[in-house]
Formats: sequence, C-alpha cells, structure tokens
Amino acid sequence: MHADPTGVLTGTHFLNGDQACCEGALAGGARFSAGYPITPSTEIVERFSKRIPTIGGVFIQMEDELAASIAIQGAVWAGAKAFTVTSGPGFSLMMEHIGLAAMTETPCVFVDVQRGGPSTGLPTLPAQGDMMQARFGSHGDYPCIALCPSSPQECFTLMVRAMNLAEEFRTPVFLMMDEVVGHMTERVQIPPAETIAVTPRKLTDKAPGEFRPYEDSEDLVPPMAHAGEGYQFHVTGLTHDERGYPSMTPATQAKLIRRLREKITRGMDRITQVEEDNVDGAEVVVVSYGITMRVAQRAIKLARAEGIAVGGMRLVTVWPFPEERIHALAGRVRALVIPELNMGQVALEVERCARGATQVIPVPHAGATVHDPQQILDAIRKGAGR
Amino acid sequence: MPELASRREVAAAPDAVERELTEIRVAGFGGQGVILAAQILGKAAAIFDGVHATMTQNFGPEARGGACSAQLIVARHPVLYPYVTKADILVAMSQEAFGKFVPELKQGGLLLVERDLVRIQQDLPERVRTYGVPATRIAEKLGKRVVQNIVMLGFFGAVTEVVSRKAMEQAVLSSVPASMAALNKDALQAGYEVGRACLESRLPASECDQIPEYAAWLD
Repeated sequence: MHADPTGVLTGTHFLNGDQACCEGALAGGARFSAGYPITPSTEIVERFSKRIPTIGGVFIQMEDELAASIAIQGAVWAGAKAFTVTSGPGFSLMMEHIGLAAMTETPCVFVDVQRGGPSTGLPTLPAQGDMMQARFGSHGDYPCIALCPSSPQECFTLMVRAMNLAEEFRTPVFLMMDEVVGHMTERVQIPPAETIAVTPRKLTDKAPGEFRPYEDSEDLVPPMAHAGEGYQFHVTGLTHDERGYPSMTPATQAKLIRRLREKITRGMDRITQVEEDNVDGAEVVVVSYGITMRVAQRAIKLARAEGIAVGGMRLVTVWPFPEERIHALAGRVRALVIPELNMGQVALEVERCARGATQVIPVPHAGATVHDPQQILDAIRKGAGR
Repeated sequence: MPELASRREVAAAPDAVERELTEIRVAGFGGQGVILAAQILGKAAAIFDGVHATMTQNFGPEARGGACSAQLIVARHPVLYPYVTKADILVAMSQEAFGKFVPELKQGGLLLVERDLVRIQQDLPERVRTYGVPATRIAEKLGKRVVQNIVMLGFFGAVTEVVSRKAMEQAVLSSVPASMAALNKDALQAGYEVGRACLESRLPASECDQIPEYAAWLD
C-alpha cells in the first residue's frame, strides 16, 4: 500500500527536522495528533495543526502530556493513525501511557526531540540523554523500537518508517530526535506518494461474534478491530487473555509478556537498520547515532588523514539493539569508540554486546552543544594505540 | 554551480579535510529578518543552486530587539558538522551582533555590515575585506523597512559568489507573500546594484559613499 497523496507534499523543500518530521507523519498516514507542545518539538505539531484541517484530520492541544499520550491511543482504537511529540520533561510524563500502549498493543508513535536534562534542563539546547528512558522508562518488561534520524531528510523518512513499524508490530515506536536535528534546516526531498510504502493497519476478517482481540497468530501480532464497527471487545492495561479480559495467572502473564517480546525479536531483521562505513579492515570503529554521528564523521576523516584505519557504524535503529552486529564487529577491531550526547548510555549496551572482545571507549558529553570533533579524534587515537 | 569565492583567500585550517565549504554567520537584532535572510540564502543554495546547505538558528530568549543570529554552511558535499567554527563571511546588521561575532571571523574573511547601524570600532582579523550597505535606508526609500534583509541579501549576492543571482531571486520570491513580490524584487535589485558598484569601485567601505549609485540612496 502506498501513501495517500493528499498528505504528501511531494517536492524539494528547505525544512527543519521538526517540519520534516510532521511531513513524515502525514505521509505515513497520521490523521490524528494530540500534544502538549514543548521546545524543541513544538514546530512538529505547529505545522501539523496548520496542515491537518486541509487534509482531513484532527489535532488537539491537550491539558498536559498525560492527556496527549492517551488521546492518541483512543484515536488509534477509533481507526486513526496517530502520534504525539514531546521532549524530555514531557517524555517523563508520558511513560505510564507508553507502557499502556505496549501492553494493549496500540500502534502509535512518540517523537522525543531530546534536549538537555534532567528535569527542565536546557529547553533550547541538545542532548541525547533519553536513550535509556526510551528503552526502560515505563515499568515492567516490554520491548521497544526506537529510530534516530541525523538529518531533516531522515526526520521525514524515519517518521514514515516509525508509523509503519508501529502498525507492523502493533507497538509504540519512538522517533528519538535531538534539538540540533530538529532545528536544523536542510534540503528535504519528499517523493511522490505512490513511491512511499505505507503499512496498513492489520484488521481482523472475522465476524464480530468470533473476534478475539489478542488471539494467537503466526507472526504473534494479532489483528485489530476498530471501535464503532460492531465489534465488542475489552482493552485493558491489566494482564489479559486472548479475549482481552483480565486474567492474572502466572500462565497468562508468561504467555503475554513472552509474546510481546518475541514479536519484536522475531522481526529483528526487518527492524534493524545500521549504516556501515569502511568497517572491514578497520582498527577502530566509531559507533554512534543522530547528530553525533555527523560530528563523528568529521573526526573519522581527520583520523584517516593521520593514517588510522577507522570505520563508522551509525545506528539508525537503536532499539532493539543490534546486538549480533556489534558482537561480530567487536571481534575484529582494536576498539569501539562511542560518542553520544549523554554520560554514556548506548556505550553501556555496546560494552555488553562486545562481551569483552574489544576495548570500548565512551566519549561522553553533558549536552548543550555537540562534541568538538577533536574529543572524538582523541578517543580514536587512543583506541588505535597512537 | 557558483564558485565558492570566499574560499579563495582562506588560509589552511586544521580541519582542511573538508574544506570545500563556506561558513556564514548572519546576525542582527530580532525583527530585522535575520533568520529569514539565512533561510533564503540556504534555500537558494540547497534548492535552486543544487549544492548543500545547513542552516541552524540560535534559539534563546530572543524577541524583537534582542540579539539574534543564524549560521549557514554551504558546501559542495553534504555538510557534516552543523555549526560555524570560523566564519568565512559575517553579515552584521547591528552593533551588538558585530561585537559578538567578529572574533569568530576568519583571517581573510568577508565582513558585510549595515553601514548605518554598525560602527567598526575594533580591530578586525587580518586581511578581512569589509563592505557596508545602508540596507535600512534603502528599504525605507523603497517603501517598507521590513525588506532591509532582502536589500542585504542582494548586496551579499553581489559581493560574494556563494549563490547565483538567479537562485537568490527564486529563493526570495518563493519565501515571501505573492502580494509583496514586486517590493522584494526591487529590494533585491537595489542591494545587488549597490553591491556591484562597491565591488567595481575597489574603494574601501568607508569611501563607498563617493560612488554615485551608492550616494543616491543616502540623501
């Protein structure tokens, strides 16, 4: 299925990442958003609220992030594709409902344009400090999918992808932007609608009397039914059986939690997206994501000019973590260098996956700006033993 | 593709591995259209000239009257590092902006100022070439002060070769309301003419008011 042309602004534009993200949402089929706008994500819903009345959809400015993050889920069960946007402080407030979306298998997208934290921190300045929050922020065991764009163009393409992955796996998906990418303006090419693949919602073909909202299916992703179409079913955050009714037994819990995890694990190949640059034969590989990878590329060029064989691996999907890719890489290099705009979050995951096979050198940064490429260059030199 | 002329006199820098780029800072006070000017310039490069451009604007508690600036990197290759490290070109539309950003101007760089609003009171980096334009006065004479940023863009287009004339005009016209197209076109034209006259006269900025095309705007 391809994108509905009414939502696709085909052409070449000079847009910032936030604006491009909004266009990605529209191309991906979002026709509902509820938000409690917060810097540096505001421009996404500012644009959505301006665009959506002419396309046919709804934006509601809610009273807070709790309301925004639950309103989108109501819209999804009523048949819309929906997303919300926020930044650190709002992301914290949304955690309860992110867990609900995971538990009820409500396909929706949360965009977090990361700024410096903790708390209200640095409203207008960048960080990548919410990476672990995206993974583990809500309570209980649930898997997640998180994508990290490093340009306005990718804010478009990865937002479309986030909307698609949400539908394919019936799970909340995170688009983890950062302030630099959100507020940076570059050329963005929006292709014709018929070339943009859009994943339709997986709907049941059963009659209302036979529909079981959480029944077993081969890909572990049960088909949905929408409210108002004659189906009567129950959706709850409590542990539930195939009918959707609370069933608080060890067996039901084990079955449900394992399936939630397994549906993502089985889809790893379709979810994982990493970009490798001269990884073969490299002494050192820089592993990074988002804006930091662009800054790291400058350090990589400088290191190559010094004769160091250095490669790059950009994590486009950070969660689920590309564990096997990192492990395989670790066995072939002297060091992995992990710059990120936090005090070392994804570096922990890289270290875990390297399983001692190589040296892992984090290049932490407290945020408010990007790394000085020199800091990353120094880490590359250290890794190469220079 | 336009020549990235400002590169010509730039001394080898430590980050010489990705040198084919021009770093530009546009600064002034809120309400002067600083961000829009940088946006138009970036659009001219990235959309209409087909090179690469990355624009970032400084976000802060800036409102009308406060300091305001934007950064633009124009390059033949995709831009990696998004910020200005050493500016090749500084466009200063206010005294405060001039004072704040002139230290980051590269030796041999270009300084463009709103000549009625900026007094060059401090030493400039070596070999900096300065050009001044009475952009606000020109805009007022054309009928609306708000187009002073477009006058500055015309002037910029004449004294640098970062973007082509055609791309600049397309970028301006696709960024302003249709009802204001004629005025903006005039503003761009006036800026270009004054800029070209300055360039051809080879006079230092302080003596440009001797040029007839320039002096005409000053009475």
